[in-house]
Amino acid sequence: MAKKALVKEGTYFDSVTLMSISKDVKALDGVREATIIMGTDSNKEILKSADLLVPEAEAAKANDLIIVIDGEEEILDKAIEDTNKMLAEKKSTSDQEQEYNPGSLDGAINAQPDSNLVIISVPGEYAAREARKALNRGLHVMLFSDNVSVEDEIALKELAVEKDLLLMGPDCGTAIVNGAPLAFANVVSRGPVGIVAASGTGAQAVSSLVDRQGVGLTQVIGTGGRDLKSKVKGIEMIKDMKALAKDENTEIIVLVSKPPAEEVSKKIMEEVKKIDKPVIVNFLGGDPSVVEGTDAIWADTLEDAALKAAAFIKGEGEVNSAGLTEEEVAEIAKEETSKMSKDQKYLRGLYTGGTLCSEAVILLTEEFGEMYSNAPLKDELALKEDLKSIKNTVIDLGEDEFTKGKPHPMIEPSLRNERMVQEAEDKKIAVVLLDVVLGYGSHMDPAGEVAKAIKEAKETVKTRGGYLSVIASVCGTEKDPQNLQAQEEKLRQVGAKVLPTNVQAVRVVSKILSDLN
Amino acid sequence: MTKKLEDLFKEELNVINIGLESFAENLKNEGFNAIQVDYKPPAGGDKEMIKLLDKIDRISDKIEKANKEAVKRIQKSEPVLVDVQTAKDALPNFEGKMILHAAPPEKWEDMSGPMQGAAIGACIYEGWAEDEESARKMLDVGEVTFDPAHHHNAVGPMTGIVSPSMPVWVVENKTYGNKAFTTLNEGLGKVLRFGANGPEVIERLKWMEKVLGPALGAALRKTDGGINLKNITSQALHMGDEVHNRNKAATSLFIREITPYLLETDYSNKDIKEIIKFMGGNEHFYLNLSMPASKATMDAASGVEYSTVLTAMARNGVHFGIRISGLGDKWFVGDAQKVDGLYFPGYTEEDACLDLGDSTISETAAVGGFAMAAAPAIVGFVGGTVADSIRFTKDMYEITIAENENFTIPPLNFRGTPTGIDLTKIIETQILPAINTGIAHKEPGIGQIGAGLVDPPEECFKKAIRAFAQKYTK
Repeated sequence: MAKKALVKEGTYFDSVTLMSISKDVKALDGVREATIIMGTDSNKEILKSADLLVPEAEAAKANDLIIVIDGEEEILDKAIEDTNKMLAEKKSTSDQEQEYNPGSLDGAINAQPDSNLVIISVPGEYAAREARKALNRGLHVMLFSDNVSVEDEIALKELAVEKDLLLMGPDCGTAIVNGAPLAFANVVSRGPVGIVAASGTGAQAVSSLVDRQGVGLTQVIGTGGRDLKSKVKGIEMIKDMKALAKDENTEIIVLVSKPPAEEVSKKIMEEVKKIDKPVIVNFLGGDPSVVEGTDAIWADTLEDAALKAAAFIKGEGEVNSAGLTEEEVAEIAKEETSKMSKDQKYLRGLYTGGTLCSEAVILLTEEFGEMYSNAPLKDELALKEDLKSIKNTVIDLGEDEFTKGKPHPMIEPSLRNERMVQEAEDKKIAVVLLDVVLGYGSHMDPAGEVAKAIKEAKETVKTRGGYLSVIASVCGTEKDPQNLQAQEEKLRQVGAKVLPTNVQAVRVVSKILSDLN
Repeated sequence: MTKKLEDLFKEELNVINIGLESFAENLKNEGFNAIQVDYKPPAGGDKEMIKLLDKIDRISDKIEKANKEAVKRIQKSEPVLVDVQTAKDALPNFEGKMILHAAPPEKWEDMSGPMQGAAIGACIYEGWAEDEESARKMLDVGEVTFDPAHHHNAVGPMTGIVSPSMPVWVVENKTYGNKAFTTLNEGLGKVLRFGANGPEVIERLKWMEKVLGPALGAALRKTDGGINLKNITSQALHMGDEVHNRNKAATSLFIREITPYLLETDYSNKDIKEIIKFMGGNEHFYLNLSMPASKATMDAASGVEYSTVLTAMARNGVHFGIRISGLGDKWFVGDAQKVDGLYFPGYTEEDACLDLGDSTISETAAVGGFAMAAAPAIVGFVGGTVADSIRFTKDMYEITIAENENFTIPPLNFRGTPTGIDLTKIIETQILPAINTGIAHKEPGIGQIGAGLVDPPEECFKKAIRAFAQKYTK
C-alpha cells in the first residue's frame, strides 16, 4: 500500500461534488481510501486524522484542490488520472448547462437585478460574510451553511431585523417561499397555512402532511436550530410570525420547534398573544401549559400540528385522520411478532430526519422509559462513544458524529444501509423503525436505496430462523420528484410495513415491543 | 419607500444561489428563477486579506459614495485632442536632461533590455551622445534623470520613452480641464518604443519631430476646438476595435477626421501624402491617442478620498504598478509577469521581455481587455475563441463598479463596458484585470515578437489594500 497526492492549484469544486467523486474513486480496484477535498485548514485536519496528509497536501492553499489516494502502488497513477477525468467531466457538463455564471454576489445582482433572496451554502467560515453582504444589499437570506458562530448568528439576525429581511438559518435546511422549494423541501400546494420552523425535517413533515390533507401552504420559513436557544432569543421566529400575521394570504400559523429555553418560550408566547390569527404551537416534547393564557393551540406531534391546521381550514369533520385504530395497530403488530423467534426483543430505529427521530424518541421514551439514542431525552440514555446500539435504540444518522466528512444520509443513503445490515447481525433485534424523506435536496430514490438494505437485513435474520420486522413511514407528497406512492410501494415490495406518518409507525412499533415483553 | 418583509410574499421570487448547484437546478425545475454563483472562497481563503476586507467593509458607505464620484468623473470626462507640441514645452516639470519611461519608477541599472535600448536611442536622438557607447557611459554615471511619464501627465506604450524634443499629442479633458500627453506612434518593427536605436529609428524620429508633429499640430489648430477622442473610441468599439491591441478602425476614423484640416495647412502635397501614408500604414497609430484619452480620463478620477478605484496600471518590463484613487500618486508594485501569448515565427517565450508599457491605462479607463468582447478579431490573435472574448469582458463586470455610458459592446446587446476597477473586488474575487498586450523582445532593438494575455501580479493589489486599510480604518 502507498499514498499518492496531486494538488490542483486554484481549482474549486463544491464539497458535495467532491464527495460524490471521492466515492467513485474509492470504488476503483485497488484503492483503499480516496479523498478529494479543497485545501482549507479544516479539511487538512480531516486529512490528518485520516492519516492522508502527505506533504504535497499540507502545502496546498484554501483554493487548491487536493486529491489523495491510498492504495496498491501500481494502480495509483491510473487512479489519479481517472480522478482527473471525473473532475473534467463534471466541469464540462456544468459548462454546457450554463453559459456564464457570475463569480460573486454582486455579479449575480448585475445579471439578475430583481433578485430578492439568496441561498447560501458555502463553507461555514465564509458563510456569515456572504450573508452580511446579501442583507446589506437588501436581499433576504436563507443560510443553509452550518458552522457559523452564534455571535455571527446574533449579529446577522439583528441586522436582518433592522432591515426587515429574512435571515433563515444558519443551518436552515428547509424553506418554501412563495411556493418555491428551497434546499430540502417538499413540493406542496399553495394555500392558507404558514409555518415557522426551527427544524428542517419538522417543517418538511408538517408541510407534507398539510398538503396531503388537500390544504396548501403560504410560506414555510426556517429559523435555524439555535434560534430559540437562550442566546439567540427567538429573534427570527418572532419576526417571521409577525410577518405571517400581516400576510393577507396566511390564515393560520404553525410554530414548530424543540422546546425553547424557558425565557424564550415566554417571549414567543407574549408575541403570539398579539397576533389576531390562530397559532398552533408544536414545541416537540415540551410542556403544553405554555399556551395557557393565550389563544394558541397546542399540538403534541408533527402529525397533530398538521391535522389541527388542516382541520381549522377545512372544518373538523373534513380531515382524513392519518391515525389507525387500536385494532388495526394490534393486528399489524400481531402479524409481525408471530413470525419472530423468541430471543428477538429489541428495536433499532434508524432515522435520517432529525426531528422525525426526536419525535420517535419522545413518544417511545414516554411509553417505555428506557430508549437509548445518540440524541437521547436523558443523558444516561446516550450511546457510548462507539455509537453501538444498546437494547432499544433509536439513532439520528444525520448527527455530526455520523456525518463528519460525509454527506448527510438524506442525500447519500449508504450510511444507513451499512448500519442496518450491521444491526441485523444482532440476534436480539426484532424491529427496525425508519423514515424516508422525499422532496428536493434528498436522494432521488431513497426508498429504492434503503430497500436494498431491508432485503439484506431481513434475509440475514431469516437465515438464522427469525423474522425482522421493518416499520417505515415516508415524509413527502405525491408531487415530490420521487413521488410518495411510488416510494411507499418500493418499501412494501421488500416486506416493510409502511405507515402513513411517523407517529403511526411509532404506535405500531410500541405495540410490537410491548407484545414481545 | 422601504420594503417590509411581508412584501416578499407578494413578489416574484428571484433567487441567487451561492453554493450547492442543485438548489438552483431544483428551483428552475419547478419553474422558478434562480441564478447560480460560481463561488470561490473570498480572497482565495487568504485570512489576512479577508480580515482587511471585513475591516474595510465597515466603512462601505463612505467607499461607495467615493467610488460613485470617481466613476462619475470617468463617465463625464470628455478627452479632446487639441494640439501637437514639443514635449519639453508641453509636459509639466520636464526640464534638463530628462528621459521619461513607462511606470512604475525604475533605476537605469535595473531597467529591462528594451527600455535601456530606447533610453540610449533617446540620448542619440537628442544629440546628447554620439553613439551607443557614449550614451551608456553618460547613463551609467547618472548624467540623465529618469522619471515615469505618468509623473508628468503623460503615458507611453511599451518602453514609454519620451525625450524633450519629441512631439506629443495634447489631449484636454474638456469637463475637468486637465491635460494628458503621449508621443506619436512610430509604427511596427524596429522602433524606439521596443528599444531599437539604429540610424533608421533616429531618422524616423527626426522626421516626426520636423514634419509629422508640426503638420498635425497645425491641422489640429484649424479644427473647431479639436477632435473628440471619446467619440472616435465609441465608434471604433462598434467596428471591432478595443483600442489597445486593435486600433484599425479608430486609426481610419482618425485619418478621416484629420485629413481635411491637414489639407488646409501650408504643408506641401508631398508632405501630406507622406503623413497620410504613414498614419494609414500603421494600424496602431490610434493607440497613442487612446492612451492619453484614457490618461486624461483617469487623472480626473484620481485623488478621491475613500475611493478604491484603480486610476492607473503600468508595467516597465521589471515591475508592475498600480495607483488607487483614494491613495493619491503612490505606486503599489509587484513583479512584471510573463505574457502568455502567441509568438511571431522564429521567436519563443525564451526571447520575451516581461510585461511592458503604460498602455494598460486603457483597461483602467474601461477599454482594452475590458472591451475584448467588442473585438473578436484579436481574440484569435491571442489564442482564444469568440466565446472567450465574451467571457473575458463578462468577468470584468465582477471587479468593476459601473457600466460605461459611452463605450458599448454590440455582441453584449450594447451593454456598457465594465467601468471603474474596484480594488476590493479584485481582492475579494481574485479575478485580476484582464490585459491583452504586445510582447517585446528582451534584447533592445528587435521589436514586437508576439502578443498575448497577461495577469497583473497579485502582490501589488495586496499591498494597495493594506495601505488603504491603514489609511482609512482604525
